[in-house]
Amino acid sequence: MFRWLVLILALAVADGPAMAVNPSEVLADPLLEKRAREISKGLRCVVCQNQSIDDSDATLARDLRVLVRERLVAGDSDQDVVDYVVSRYGEFVLLKPPFKFATAVLWVGPAVIVLAALAAMAAFFRRQRRGATGGARPTALSDDERRRLDALMKDDRT
Amino acid sequence: MNKRLLFVLPLAVFLVLAVYFAIGLTKDPRKLPNMLAGKPVPAFALQPIKGRDDKGFASTDLPGRVSLVNIFGSWCVACQIEHPFLMQLAASGAVPIHGIDWREVDPDAGPDWLKKKGDPYELVGDDPRSKAAIAFGVTGAPETFVVDRQGVVRYKHVGPLNEEIWRDIVKPIIDKLRAEGAS
Repeated sequence: MFRWLVLILALAVADGPAMAVNPSEVLADPLLEKRAREISKGLRCVVCQNQSIDDSDATLARDLRVLVRERLVAGDSDQDVVDYVVSRYGEFVLLKPPFKFATAVLWVGPAVIVLAALAAMAAFFRRQRRGATGGARPTALSDDERRRLDALMKDDRT
Repeated sequence: MNKRLLFVLPLAVFLVLAVYFAIGLTKDPRKLPNMLAGKPVPAFALQPIKGRDDKGFASTDLPGRVSLVNIFGSWCVACQIEHPFLMQLAASGAVPIHGIDWREVDPDAGPDWLKKKGDPYELVGDDPRSKAAIAFGVTGAPETFVVDRQGVVRYKHVGPLNEEIWRDIVKPIIDKLRAEGAS
């Protein structure tokens, strides 16, 4: 049973998502093709918005993939290609938003919240410890209390 | 006092976020910003579609007049809805309309469609590989761009044009652009 599970998991990992890139689109130069794939993975398909153009079967995504490759062949740098697509569709097409003033909350927000939570936790525990030991000193037991305690301890021992 | 404020803080943060997200949810994610607004039309030179003897359609044809550039395709259902209005608009002579026939799989499909239903376009270019469509930042057909006399893109309408949108949005923009050019 366990062996089957391992096999299924291994297949699921090895298989990955089906490729949308058609063989006819692939560039002869493997280095350029690799760059094209990397760029395509970072660009959002504007038709089916939660896929990259590398994953999407939409016709517009296909045309964008071809455009990326044509520009690379023409000698554009990776940044040039991305900048061109952004200049047409806006920063929305970048699946990984760039770090700048408008997106600072997006990037830094979670870290700030975690830090704030840690600080609050630290403050809470420190206060609790101080409450247990420091602050009001426990007063000594009265004679009555001592007698009751002795009785209880004796009970326990028997 | 200070302590009570601390208890209210998470609620306040939550409310601010909730309002933020509520506003975000009302926005249509399909409406991308018009990146070309205020910029010259991207350079393109498209071949004519079959059956039209003109020279096709190029970005250099645009300066000189206020005009509309309409991206359409015979495969596009919304374009079929839009088409009668474009015919009406062309007949009224209100503004020249140019067409970009986008992504026809069959090169005859676009020309046949225009032959059957009527052709509202002054110039039509064939864009089977989305060259011009991507340059314009088009995400779906139909989209219509208002181009001013200097060949600068001034407005983009996503989706079919109709009487109401023309009257309330597009025509006022065109009137303003014409007045600008006259003064």
